[in-house]
Parts: sequence; C-alpha cells; structure tokens
Amino acid sequence: MYLSDDAARPHYLRYAQWLEHQPAERLAQKRAEADALFHRVGITFAVYGQEEGAERLIPFDIVPRVLPREEWIRLEGGLKQRVRALNAFIHDIYHDQQILNAGVIPAEQVLCNSQYRPEMQGVDVPGGIYAHIAGIDIVRDDAGEFLVLEDNLRVPSGVSYMLENRKMMMRLFPELFSEHRVAPVDHYPDVLLDNLRSVAPTGVADPTVVLLTAGAHNSAYFEHAFLAQQMGIELVEGQDLFVRDEAVFMRTTQGPQRVDVIYRRIDDDFLDPLVFRPESMLGVPGLLTAYRAGRITIANAIGTGVADDKSIYPYVPEMIRFYLGQSPIIGNVHTWMLRRKEDKDYVLAHLPELVIKEVHGAGGYGMLIGPAATKAEIAIFRKQIIATPERYIAQPTLALSTCPTFAEKGIAPRHIDLRPFVLSGRDVTIVPGGLTRVALRAGSLVVNSSQGGGTKDTWVLET
Amino acid sequence: MLSRTADHMYWMSRYIERAESLARLVDAHYRMSLLPHSGETLAHSLSSTMSALQMEEAYKKRHEVIEPRAVFEFVSLDRDYSGSIFSCLRAARENARAVRGALTSELWETLNSTWLEVRSIATRRSSRPDIGEFVEWVKERSHLTRGVTVGTMMRDEAFHFTRIGTFLERADSTARILTAHQNDLIPGADAGVVPDPYEWSVLLRALSAFEIYRRVYRDVITPFKVAQLLILRDNMPRSLLRCCKEVYQNLKSVANEQSAETERRAGEMHAMLHFTRMEEIAAVGLPRFLEQFLARLRDLGDRIASDFLLPPAEA
Repeated sequence: MYLSDDAARPHYLRYAQWLEHQPAERLAQKRAEADALFHRVGITFAVYGQEEGAERLIPFDIVPRVLPREEWIRLEGGLKQRVRALNAFIHDIYHDQQILNAGVIPAEQVLCNSQYRPEMQGVDVPGGIYAHIAGIDIVRDDAGEFLVLEDNLRVPSGVSYMLENRKMMMRLFPELFSEHRVAPVDHYPDVLLDNLRSVAPTGVADPTVVLLTAGAHNSAYFEHAFLAQQMGIELVEGQDLFVRDEAVFMRTTQGPQRVDVIYRRIDDDFLDPLVFRPESMLGVPGLLTAYRAGRITIANAIGTGVADDKSIYPYVPEMIRFYLGQSPIIGNVHTWMLRRKEDKDYVLAHLPELVIKEVHGAGGYGMLIGPAATKAEIAIFRKQIIATPERYIAQPTLALSTCPTFAEKGIAPRHIDLRPFVLSGRDVTIVPGGLTRVALRAGSLVVNSSQGGGTKDTWVLET
Repeated sequence: MLSRTADHMYWMSRYIERAESLARLVDAHYRMSLLPHSGETLAHSLSSTMSALQMEEAYKKRHEVIEPRAVFEFVSLDRDYSGSIFSCLRAARENARAVRGALTSELWETLNSTWLEVRSIATRRSSRPDIGEFVEWVKERSHLTRGVTVGTMMRDEAFHFTRIGTFLERADSTARILTAHQNDLIPGADAGVVPDPYEWSVLLRALSAFEIYRRVYRDVITPFKVAQLLILRDNMPRSLLRCCKEVYQNLKSVANEQSAETERRAGEMHAMLHFTRMEEIAAVGLPRFLEQFLARLRDLGDRIASDFLLPPAEA
C-alpha cells in the first residue's frame, strides 16, 4: 500500500486519506461489529478434535487489499492462460500422453504419481474440462512481479470468504464504496452455476446440479452450504445419492430424482468406496461406473490432483508453451527439484535460506522455512532430503509483498497472498478479485487459516 | 426435496416446539412456587408432570428429592440431559445447520443466535437471568422462530415439513400435560367442583389456555370444560383437535406415492376428534383415551419418517 518513503501508492491514495481521518475507536468498534456478525451468520469453520460444536471465525481484517485495473487485466490474462494449459495437460495425460512422449515431462513423474488415476485413462469428459474450478495462489515478489505459488485443482476452497468479506465491508464502510469504483464479485455463484450446467452430459436439456459435501462437521461446511444456497441447488451428502443402471439419483420426498452434475467438495479418495477407499462413508458406491459411462459429470473431474502436485508444478510454464504455443504471462516461483542431483546439492548447501516443501503436502504442513527454522529442524529436513530427495522441492524465501493490517498495536504491514478463482466451462471466466489471505503474526509468511492466517476483502478498481 | 433435508426441517421445528412446551411448564410451576401455601400442590404437580414427560429417571440420578429450584434448573439448563431446554435448542440449531442452505437466512440466523445466547447463559456464572426471565426469553425465541418461518419461507414442501414437526410435537406435549393431570380431570365424577384452583391455573397457563378458557366459557373452571377445551375445541391453538387438523392438512400437501395409508390415518385421527363428544371420552376413561391417542401419534410419526424422511436404500 505504501511506497518506501511512506507515501501511499497511487491506487491506495484515496483509501489512505480516508483511513487517516478514522478515529481509532471507530475502527475498533467496526472490528467488533464484524466479529459479532460473522458469529451470528455462522461464517465459521469447524475445528477438528475439539468439543462438539466448537466453531471458529477466520480472522477478518478490515483493511482491504487494492489492485489497480491494469495489474488485474494482466493477471487475468495470465490466469486464463495457465488454467487452459492445465486442462489441456490433464486431458492429454489421460489420453495420448503427447507431452510425455515428447519428453517435456518425465513419464514416471506423472504415471508413478499417487494422484494419477489410471481409472481415468481414455475417459472423455464434457468439453475436455477437468479443472472446472481452479484456485491459483499468487504472490508478489520484492520486484513487484506476480508469480504463481501453487495451483489448486482438486477442491479449492475460500470463495465464500471472498463473497462474505465484500458483503461485510459494504456493510461496515458503505462510504468507501461510493468513493471507489470497486468491481463487483457477487455474481460468482451465477457464473459458477452457468459453468456447471454447461458441462452436463450431452443430451441433457435441463441438467440438475447438486453440491456434494462431507457434511456439517467438515471444516469447509459453511462454504458448501453457502454456495448451494446461492446457486439454489441441493446440498447432498453421499447417503443422499445412489446409482442405478449407471445413472445417479438422489433420494427425495417424492422418490428418486436424476442428478446430472455433481459439484463435489470431497476428495477423489472418498468418492466411490467400490473403487477408492472402501471404508469411505462419504461417497456413493458405483459413482465411477456412472462417470465412466458418461451419465454424470463430476466437477472437478477425478484425477486432477496429478496436475497440482508440487512435483509437477515446475513444468507448468512448459505446458503453456507445449499446448498453447505461448510464453507464460505469469511465471512460477523459481523451484529446485531435489530429484535432480545438481538441484539437491545446491539446496543442501543453502538450507537456511530456502523454503522446503513436501511434494504432496498441503495447507502449509510438511514445510521448512529456512530463515525461521532452528538448527535442529534444519538437521531433520537435511536427513529426510538425503534419504528421499524426490519427495521435496525447494524455493527461495520470497520477500512477499505486504499490506497494512490491523495488528495488536495498531496498523502494521503483514504478508499477503491472493487466490483468484478461475472457472472453466463454455469459456474461462474469473470474477475480478479473489481471496486475499494475510499472515497475522509479524514476520510470518504462512497465510493458511489453520496456522494463524486471516483474510481481507480484495478490491479490483474499475478506474 | 431431499429426504434428509425434510428430516432435519421436521426435527428442527419439533425441538423448538419442545423447548417452548418445556418453558411453559417451568413457567407455570415457577409462578405457583411464588404463591404462599402452594408447597404440596406444587410438589405433586411437578412429580406427575416429570413422570408424564419421562424425565424422572434422569432427574433422580442427579437429585434425591423433587425440589422446585433443582427441577427448574434441570429442565432449563442441564447441559448433559438430552431433554432439557438447553439441549432442545442445541438440537434445533444442529438440525438447522445441517440444512442451512435450505432455510432462509433470517430463519437460520434466528436459530443460530438463540443457540449462541443460551450457550452463553448456561456457561455464565454470575448475572444469570432468573428462571422466570429465562423461560420468558425461550418463549419469545420460539415465537420469533415460528414467525420468521411463516413470514419468510416459501410455501413448499420444506415449509409443510416444518409445520408437521411443530404440530406433532405440540399434540404430543398437550396430551402429556393432560396425562399428568388426568386424575383431576375425569369428567362427570364431580363436575363443577374445583379441586385446587392452583393446579388448574398451572395446567391452563402451561398451555396458554387460561385467557381462552375465560373467553370461551365465562364461567368457573370445571374439569369437564378444561378437558373439552384442550381436547376437542377446534379454535384452541394447542388442543389435540387443532394440532391433528394441522398435521393432516400439511400432510396432504406433501403426499407422495407411498404415503396414502399415512394420510388416511392422520385423517382418521382428525375425524375422530372432530366428531367425538366429551361424554364419549368420559365413558372410555380419560387415561385410556390419552394412552391410545399418544400411541396413535407415535405410529403417525413413525409412518411419516418411513414414507418421507428416511426412505430405504433402493427407494
């Protein structure tokens, strides 16, 4: 928000002036109001392993993150390009595997990956789209350059916070919205539903879409219920669905009703106990048979996890060149693949400066942040890397951009990232904005809500 | 609509109604406890009410004697007893949360803030509301929930299932309260004699029938008329006839291919109450009549569950 000499960056000018004139008590009172509202509306996430009904708020920061129009346009172009390439990649590896045959990506990297689903080989999905909903995590380095930190192509979450944070900001500070031209986001559920309907199995004129949740005890349950309600579709659990004659039905008070598209918010592993984990109570027995027969669309498709794995991530720029013949608009964070000997040697010599990630880890777990780690922690990772180098990648510690944030002692800079949601159906669309996550602890680079992260409203300015 | 959704809606409204019924009972007995010389009548009424509501066993595990303050606390805020008002409000909210997408935002927020508030009351050490204030608050939250339901929900299946839940629960509650007082209510035995005015006022207040009685009969309170009002009066909102009528009408609106028999039985119960005279009930005996009524109500609840709420796997 501020330049080095404490002057506000141009697109923050107006906001900074407004902020200067806000008495501290008013802001404190607004923060308390936000907390109370989030509790009443029940915008909470369940905390595992605590007493029944323990639900927590994800901390909401009342200082928005602002993106100027020209930056957003560039970002949008880059995201669309990236997701097109990723969808082309998933289609390719489950069909002709041209990219493997061309030697762009080593075949064993893909075929031996635990997220690769041989059951999907040769299965055609409507429109060739696998990642209907993609959450791409974007960071900004010290040079101001946007970079992709991670692709989330399985069941990305967080979009409900993007929508609720905006609603909250408009409620708390309506005056800000008359002074700024902030691009609206609340049509997201409409765009999502339109996309989901557009990928229904061929021949279905008026498709029935449902949202499949693991249930009220899942940590993202609020989001599931919220999206289902906003789209006006049924929120179903595995027990509400059954498969008969290779078609999927839901149990209703008026008897079985056919289902055409499942927007699923449970992982591949739990979808069909007959094929994946047999002990899963969350899924629908026989679902994969119906899927392979083309009688149901599952969004995101089964087997997308192979494309957002950290071991595949370094190849995404190559995918963009390979499938689209374009050069990437947004780059990757430089990544060392420890399966390569020269990368491994470099990383082992520079552990205290780097971030080490497990290739299958998620949610900020299984991670070493060199500059913040103790000698003992580094020693443990060193041992693990030497034992199984292929399980790790390394990245430089980024000087992530910061944004002013309410901290215990007033407003202070905190590190942020951004997750825009990219929707693919008839076309590729992005609602302007995304979820800005913020590391609330001073100096921390971890923005995950499970580890002390909060969220902010994200403004894309129209002028 | 999804069977599971209907099931949660049905139970959500049953639990809210149950919380209200309990609050009314506590309220009526609490008022009695404030009157002088009410000791024996109060203990008797509490004891028979707890027995009719099958609460005795759980209570006896915690306390040896029936002591009014302890009973009020137990029924209102016992966090470990599944039949307390506290637990009912939690269950209503848990059911609502499981289908929050199918509720209007106003309805969900009403149930959620009720739960947040009761949880805060129950964990508060100091400045707890007194029992009278608390049950007053519970009644208000129930009124509010019902008002928001009627005022904001689409008149679709979901709405009818919430209504079915409300009125089945209410019929059950009225029948049980009558059971608790059945010995004083046997009509004909001593018509016109008032055994204990306090006990009558408890019964009538617990069913919000005190003022209605006055308006309908403009007369002294007699067992015969009390029973008539609470069983057979069509425009008395908590009477058995009224509740059965509502259940029957809402059931007709959600009928499906397999529910014909359930509908017939609901209609039969309604017709039976509609065309019965008090003298006939007196001939059978009130205890027996109430026992049969509760059994038929249970049967109806089970049939609704299997027809609509929890259909077998290959439905």
